[in-house]
Amino acid sequence: MSTETSTLVAEAESGPRPGRAGRRRSSEWRYVGSKLLGSLGALLFVLVFNFFLFRVIPGDPVRTLARNRLVSDKQVAELTQTLGLEQSLPQQFLTYLQNTFTGEFGLSFRYRQPVWDLMLDRLWPTLLLVGTSTILASIIGVYLGMVSAWNRGKPLDHMSTGSSLALYSMPEWWLGLVLMAVFAVGAGPIPNLFPTGGLHSSDVDPASIAGVFDTAWHLTLPVITLTLAYLAEYALVMRSSLLDEMGEDYLTTARAKGLRDVYVRRRHAARNALLPTTTLVVLNLGFVVSGAITIETIYSIPGLGLLTTEALETPDYPVLQGTFLIFSAAVILANLGANLLYSWLDPRVRT
Amino acid sequence: MSGSTPTQRQLAWQRRRQSAGRTWADFRRHRSGMFGLGIFVLFCLMALFAPLLADESGLDVTEATGGVLEGPSWDYPLGTDQNGRSVLTVLIWGSRVSLMVGLLATAISMVLGTLVGLASGHYRNFFGSALFRVTEWFLVVPFLPLAIVLASVLGPSLLTISFVIGITSWPGTALLIRAQTMSIEARPYLERARVLGAGDWRQMSRHVLPNVMPMVFANTTLTVVIAILSETTLSFLGLGDPLRESWGAMLDQAFEVGAITTGAWWFFLPPGICVMLIVMSFLLIGQALEEIFNPRLRERS
Amino acid sequence: MTRLLEIEGLEVSYRTVSGEIPAVRGVDLTVDAGETVGLAGESGCGKTSLASTILRLQPANATIRGSVRVGGKDVQTLGWRDLRTLRWGEAAMVFQGALHSLNPVQRVGDQIAEPIVLHDTVPGGDVRARVGELLEQVGLPPERARAYPHQLSGGQRQRVMIAMALACRPQLIVADEPTTALDVMVQAQVLDLLSSLVGELRLGLLMISHDLSVLGTTCSRVAVMYAGRIVEEGPAWAVFQDPRHPYAGALSAAFPRIGDRAARYAPTGLTGDPPDPQLLPSGCTFHPRCPVALDECSVHDPPIRLAARGRPVACVLVGREGDERSAAQRS
Repeated sequence: MSTETSTLVAEAESGPRPGRAGRRRSSEWRYVGSKLLGSLGALLFVLVFNFFLFRVIPGDPVRTLARNRLVSDKQVAELTQTLGLEQSLPQQFLTYLQNTFTGEFGLSFRYRQPVWDLMLDRLWPTLLLVGTSTILASIIGVYLGMVSAWNRGKPLDHMSTGSSLALYSMPEWWLGLVLMAVFAVGAGPIPNLFPTGGLHSSDVDPASIAGVFDTAWHLTLPVITLTLAYLAEYALVMRSSLLDEMGEDYLTTARAKGLRDVYVRRRHAARNALLPTTTLVVLNLGFVVSGAITIETIYSIPGLGLLTTEALETPDYPVLQGTFLIFSAAVILANLGANLLYSWLDPRVRT
Repeated sequence: MSGSTPTQRQLAWQRRRQSAGRTWADFRRHRSGMFGLGIFVLFCLMALFAPLLADESGLDVTEATGGVLEGPSWDYPLGTDQNGRSVLTVLIWGSRVSLMVGLLATAISMVLGTLVGLASGHYRNFFGSALFRVTEWFLVVPFLPLAIVLASVLGPSLLTISFVIGITSWPGTALLIRAQTMSIEARPYLERARVLGAGDWRQMSRHVLPNVMPMVFANTTLTVVIAILSETTLSFLGLGDPLRESWGAMLDQAFEVGAITTGAWWFFLPPGICVMLIVMSFLLIGQALEEIFNPRLRERS
Repeated sequence: MTRLLEIEGLEVSYRTVSGEIPAVRGVDLTVDAGETVGLAGESGCGKTSLASTILRLQPANATIRGSVRVGGKDVQTLGWRDLRTLRWGEAAMVFQGALHSLNPVQRVGDQIAEPIVLHDTVPGGDVRARVGELLEQVGLPPERARAYPHQLSGGQRQRVMIAMALACRPQLIVADEPTTALDVMVQAQVLDLLSSLVGELRLGLLMISHDLSVLGTTCSRVAVMYAGRIVEEGPAWAVFQDPRHPYAGALSAAFPRIGDRAARYAPTGLTGDPPDPQLLPSGCTFHPRCPVALDECSVHDPPIRLAARGRPVACVLVGREGDERSAAQRS
């Protein structure tokens, strides 16, 4: 991981340049602009990829989509029309773009509802699950990594690094299954403390105060699972970055100035170590999404992730395409946001 | 020295063998790395000697003799699955699939990633930067949704999974190799080679590639980790070959038949533990290799 | 009268897996107010290890013997609070390689202000004004305070380091390779700046460098270090023009003087490399590379002889057939 750290940070570092106010501002804008363009390019790439995905397979796309299933002629006609297969390829692409930007993703094979509506319905649980987990995992993971680095070689470090390694090595959904077996079903002396799935109990109004608590109770195990899964990586990366940083010369300067050791470690070393940590974490935003998909599946949380895996059965291609687009767009945007945040934190990149 | 003077090529190979020997000696000193290597070797042996360790007929659903989801016993050390097969047998045979797919996917990813990385680092023209852009875009697209969509179109099979993992995990390698290529090419001896008339291919294969190889090697372990975890996840989601057992597929079945809720821990714990162990072993090997190839890290310890 | 810096019998060694490695093997050094003392030597001779002990910045695995006194106080045994007050308040360091010695993501003005606020040098006053004042003192416009280290040139960064060192009005400044990696013109500027500051503020300056010519022009006294020991000490121009120890001679000869036609055609250097601290040669550690070594040099430690008043030299040849030896050296 450290090799990646050094190469990535090396790319971000720039040489000395006498700064002028005007030039500084324009180079900041240039950086922002280039990141925006990059994100747009990635989005376009995803759109094109999505478009061609079902059209590069030899044979009639409709037949492919309808493979292994009994499809009536009416449905075939519907599908052909939606895909616009009578038109030329460039025109199809335009139709596709048009459809995408108007939120017209077609009808789900399984639910017979507009995909857009389905996705909107399922958005909130996913956001709740993923948002809570990433925030918790970032705070705990970074703190754990920091403490490990400061106490390098001591038992605390070994324990923390060892357990982070173990957590990182297991599929997050397997961890979920184990936690489910122990705490939701009950193993040995531990009673079943949590529900095995779902987001709401059937007898509670989700909008009421009791409902909020009920939702939280249902989300406890999923959030714990995801938090543990995410924080392992954050802790390992932060520890590694901080160890790299602790060898730097400017910390000696800081100590020579009379600053306390604790202050030097926190204000200078740890703060600077957050930069490569952010970079590496951003690179793995896709993992956040994967976690959402698998955890929702095993805990039956009605979010976008569960929607995706359910769509695999049919296979419900319109839904699959829709969720793929949404997930990709979300990650691309999050990437952009993180890059901009990084440039705000690290002046070397924008000046 | 007696005999004819060794050619340049032979000298080069001698040097490489010597440095490989030194690397191995360094690696042996890393306790955690050796531990990881040990576990990896154990699993390899398990996969290779599967026919000897467990009768293949034990996989046949129609010949299963055990009860449904029975706990561990003398006949069935890890109990039985929902078809009455010995879980231990399925576990041992499953190691083959998990390892094979993992390594195949890694091979695809490494070859693709190294080629693209070398090319985009070496060619400073439009071609090179175009490759770089494409690499960046691929990197941003989230893995699992992409894998799901691809696998659903291509149909469930092990080859699909290998292919899907391979083409979604190469960007990380490519970026790393690219950065390394660019830093190597900035070195004076490469400039000298260029001035002396070395063509693109010669430069890349003779000069850049050998220097990049150590990093490729250390990165491979990380790629294998991703590949194995991905294969397990994709199999769990039902995208693997329904006829071949892998650890992920075992867990999928465990989940489907409610082994969690009935507490059949012998069914869902062993496969997960195996995945965890083998992934950990690669991580430890990778960490040890990284410390060897990056002397700066060594100074810290 | 308490001297600004008084080092007596200093020994520094590092505890490592391969054993205890000696870096400084018995050094005496003093610096008074208004004095500029130079410490010369190649890399690995122990000069940076020595410098690190002055503010007790040596690494955790270092063992210190002997005493290092700053303003009369023994730095190595001071309590933490007193040490932190002493650091920067009485003695400050100008580090080498300013790009890495400055926090890359903090504005230089903030970095200069940090010790000021900590030591409360400007009680209730305008810290920003003080920072601007310091920058002007080193020849930089006060607006530069808003710059980040990477936006400044090498020479500018070095000036920032000097400004930062002056922030809490110390009496002693230790400059570790202040001009290495700078262009010659910029080098001259920085050295001029240091000289004028020493004169203006009556500071004591200990300048460490491998470049004897730099020390020769800026310092009043110079000590030459080799393998952890001081091998020659004396007035700067004397050591530079008329070195008595063979090593000092080689160091001095490595820098050709303008007008010296012979030096241009016969660049002088030393064979071999500085000794590995773990495998120091017996007797005089310099004897393997010494052009005028005698048999006894490999057996006995060299005695410290006075070549003149205030001119200790660690060589058996001092005082013995003096002219013959120095003639042999210059050939």
